[in-house]
This record gives sequence, C-alpha cells and structure tokens, in this order.
Amino acid sequence: MVGGLFIIITSQNYLKKVVGLAIFQTAVFVFFVSLAKVLDGTAPILTKMENAYSNPLPHVLILTAIVVGVATSALGLALVLQIYRNYETIEEKEIQSLELKSDK
Amino acid sequence: MNFLLINFFLISLLLVTTFFIFKTTSLISVVALTGAFTLLCSAIYVNLDAVDVAFTEAAVGSGISTILMVMAAAKLPEGKKNKLINLFPSIILAVSISLILIIIIANLPLLGDPNAPIHLHVVPEYLKESKDFFHIPNVVTNILASYRGFDTLGETIVIFTAGLGVIALLTSNTLNRKTNFKKNNKKNER
Amino acid sequence: MRDKISSSPVLSVVSKILFAPIIIFGLYVQFHGDYGPGGGFQAGVIVAAAFILYSMIFGLSKGETLVPTMINRYLMCVGVLLYAGVGIVSILLDGMYLDYNVLSSDPSTGQHIGIILVELGVGITVATVMIALYHSFASFGEINE
Repeated sequence: MVGGLFIIITSQNYLKKVVGLAIFQTAVFVFFVSLAKVLDGTAPILTKMENAYSNPLPHVLILTAIVVGVATSALGLALVLQIYRNYETIEEKEIQSLELKSDK
Repeated sequence: MNFLLINFFLISLLLVTTFFIFKTTSLISVVALTGAFTLLCSAIYVNLDAVDVAFTEAAVGSGISTILMVMAAAKLPEGKKNKLINLFPSIILAVSISLILIIIIANLPLLGDPNAPIHLHVVPEYLKESKDFFHIPNVVTNILASYRGFDTLGETIVIFTAGLGVIALLTSNTLNRKTNFKKNNKKNER
Repeated sequence: MRDKISSSPVLSVVSKILFAPIIIFGLYVQFHGDYGPGGGFQAGVIVAAAFILYSMIFGLSKGETLVPTMINRYLMCVGVLLYAGVGIVSILLDGMYLDYNVLSSDPSTGQHIGIILVELGVGITVATVMIALYHSFASFGEINE
C-alpha cells in the first residue's frame, strides 16, 4: 500500500501515477477482505451443513468498490490521454516547463 | 498453517511485483505487471474465502482494466527514464505511514478470530434470515442487492457517471476546440 | 487504422468460436447469482469482454456496427433506470424504496424477483459502460487525423 503511495508521489509519468493509485486501492481491498476471514470457515454460500462462514459484508463492499475503482481509473486514463493530446508529453516536469513558457 | 504459508508467499510476490512496477520505465511492462498484480490479488481473495470478490477481481481488475491500460499505453509515448521527484519527503511519508499502520494492525484482533467484533454484530442475522426466510444461498448477492440496495444503486450511478465522463472526454468533437495551448505556444515561438 | 482487419485466420476463427460461449457464460453468471458466486457486476464485465474481443479482432468499425454507439448509450441509461424503477415500483405497492417484499404476495418470491431485476439493471449498466469505455479509448486519436 505504501508502495503505491510512493509510486504516486515519486514518478513523473502520469500513466504510472494512475497505476500507483490502482495499487494503493487494491492494497486497501486486500486489507478489508482479510478482516472478513474466519479460521476454518468456508465461502459465504450457504449449504445444508452447519459450519462457520466468513463474513460476507466486507465482500459486498469490496465487490462494488473494485468495479467502481476500474471505472474511475479509466476516467483517469482518459484525462491522461487528453493531457497528451494537448501537451504532447505526459511527464510532469516537461508540462510544468511548457506552462511556464506559455505564460511568458 | 497451510493457509498462512500460502498467504505469506502470495503477499511477498505482491511486494516483488510492486517493486518492479516502481523500477520499470517502459509503460507496456508497467501495464503487464499491473495485470499480474491484480491476478495475484484475486488468488489472495480465494485464499481468504472471498470467492465473489476473487471472481470480480479476475474479470474486472486483470481483464478489462488491463485492456484499457494497454489501449492507453499504445497511444502514449514510451516512458522516459527521468529522475524521481520528491524522493526525500516521500520516503519520510511512506515510512511514517507504515509505522502508524503497523501499530494499528498490532491492536487489531487476530486474523481469522471468529469472536472479533466484526463477526458478532449484524452479520449473523443476515446469514440466518437469508437461509431460513429468503432461501437465497449466496449471501453476498443477497446483501448486495437487498440489505445494501442503496449502496449498490449509488455505485451503479458512479459507474454510469464515470462512463459518461470518459465518453465526454474522448469522443466528443474536439476538432474545433483542440489545443488552444498549442496555438498559443506557436504564437510565442514566432 | 480504423478498418484494419486482423490478417491471422487463427484469431478470427477462434474469436468466432468463443463469442457465443462467453455470452452464455455471462448470462449464467448473471442469473445464477443467487446460488453461486456471481452477479450483475461480474456478468456485465464478461458479456462486455465478448464484445470487446469482437471489436479487437475485427476492427472498431465492425464492432460499432454490432453495438451501435447510440443504442449503447441508451442502454447505459436503461440499466440505471431499471434499478431505480424497481424502487419506485415498490413505493407504489405501499412498500419502502427498494423494499422487495411487496413485489409479490410471498415475501421470499418478492425478494427473488427484486434481486433478479436489480442485478439485471446492474449487469446492463456495467456491460454497456465497459463497451463504451473500450470504444472511446480505441477511437481516441483517430478523429484528429
């Protein structure tokens, strides 16, 4: 998770920043699902036998969050493509220097 | 014991993948590594008994999202090997956040403890009602659509809005509005 | 670029063979969500994957004749409205918003009907949004040139 945050801050490439965001998100999902685990439990699909099931509530929250996460990272990628169309680069430093040039 | 060993193995693979995503500059390899990352995550979900989540992650995370990222990377220029920015502050931030997280996780109930507070509150009722009253075996679907119907409605609308945003950004007729910035730049150069 | 059709016969034959089974698997996941793992989100993505495979192999313009852009956009709205509409119907039947018990005389059957309808709405929205995402990403950059 911290690795994802690290990538977001340190890389100059905007596509890599989007990837870092996705990794950050996925790490949070893994943490959430790990809270739902019950030792010796099974997947929460009910059967005739009585046994322990892992907690289905975090599963539901994460299931929807994964799809939403992909939709939003697609939005981020679309923004990156638009940035590339306007500036012809996706490196942060180069865009900053171009902006400074056009302000003058 | 087996469970913990498998989990440990998968998580160390995740760390290795993250490190290589951090190191690689070629965009297409970053995308491929991200696909591998999400596939490893879905293996972890299966190990944690979350079959629905694993299914979603395998289909959405490593399927569709990898395709979209490949499409984007194909249109973008090759990544350059640049100097990392903000290296020092981000190391401090990362170390402090991981310390805080480790302290918090040390205070959480043990992994898989059936008496943890999260397993005692509303979930037993959901399991019981779903079995005896509604006769829906897959509790995840039941909670998703019925108990937490409002959440799911909201998430569906978020997906819809994200789709609208991408359509508006990429397929609208931007020929006329294209790049005021470029024109300005050309003027400056003259 | 836009009409570039894949030259390899292996790809086109395999994708033609796979197209129908992928959609059938998607429908199975969609309507079997009550009993096994699956549901609207996954099914939508699987169905969308079939159409994305088609337009990847045979070119974007063929994909767009298979799923016309405007119909796709209308279906996006239909999915969300189907979900919200189930809630409105349950209000009209003297229930609360998204309260499926009133949809049928037997609360259990009502729940089943409600869940299937809602999952169908989710599935339609997710599938069409994913197809729209792919088409807009694929068509990007070809409008300018």
